[in-house]
Amino acid sequence: MSRLNVNPTRMELKKLKARLSTAVRGHKLLKDKSDEMVRRFSILIKENKRLREEVEEELSKTLKQFSIARSVTPAYRAEAAFAMPSVEVKAACDVESVMGVEVPKIDLIEEKHADGLPYAYSEITSEADYSVAQATELLPKMVQLAKTEKTVRMLADEIERNKRRVNALEYVMIPQLEETIKYIKSKLDENERAAVIRMMKVKNKG
Amino acid sequence: MIGKMAIVGDGDSITVFKAAGVAAFPAENEGKAREILRKIAKEYKIIFLTEELARPLADFLKRFDEEPYPVVLSIPSKSGSTGYGEEALKSAMERALGVDILFNN
Repeated sequence: MSRLNVNPTRMELKKLKARLSTAVRGHKLLKDKSDEMVRRFSILIKENKRLREEVEEELSKTLKQFSIARSVTPAYRAEAAFAMPSVEVKAACDVESVMGVEVPKIDLIEEKHADGLPYAYSEITSEADYSVAQATELLPKMVQLAKTEKTVRMLADEIERNKRRVNALEYVMIPQLEETIKYIKSKLDENERAAVIRMMKVKNKG
Repeated sequence: MIGKMAIVGDGDSITVFKAAGVAAFPAENEGKAREILRKIAKEYKIIFLTEELARPLADFLKRFDEEPYPVVLSIPSKSGSTGYGEEALKSAMERALGVDILFNN
């Protein structure tokens, strides 16, 4: 490991020692942060997997059912029936912080509409009504999944970045500082010994 | 902050969500989907995207991971799940933890 290019003086030694203690403290903090992030990540990813399996299964079922239900009605009539949705789902979007990472926080805003479905009953079969109701029911779960998955992805990125920082400190910065401090110390000791010897020689001459 | 929801996918898969109140944007191929995403990314906070379209656009979708919003979620289309969601989950886990704790294969 290469040492830093500094003058071997007491001033430098003092500065380097301060830097080393900061680096060691920073390393410890970052490592703790990394541990905690990994802990949260493993909880989140399990939840994510569960949610995704649920959503995928239900969604596939709903979509399949819908496409069968729709096939009974001529395409243009189905298009017309769904062309003007009377409802619009909205979500309250906020940001929360997980270990210093800004992640989305979403709550679905429930809007109850009077007749339940955004089209006339005569236009479409009742099976399709059922699919639409199912899709509406599925939405909160999908939003939940969207939120969890995004959090997982962002957390994964942050863990990776943090790991890099920890490694840089542990394997580059700290050894470098330690080696430089050792070098300066040995230089200073040597100077001191040289001074003592010089003194002794001068004294012997007189 | 109130956010709107959108869904991008092929015609049949998204119609049902249109009825449920999600803004639907039909896209038959990934080029079209990319164009649409670019246009709606500012306006819509939550965007659902079918897996068939999400798979070729994976690199493009990465840029959305820098910011909390918009949230882009891949969902299976009417032809069923292609396993893309699980793959994405797995790769995130391997990047973060270095090991596979869920799927074990």
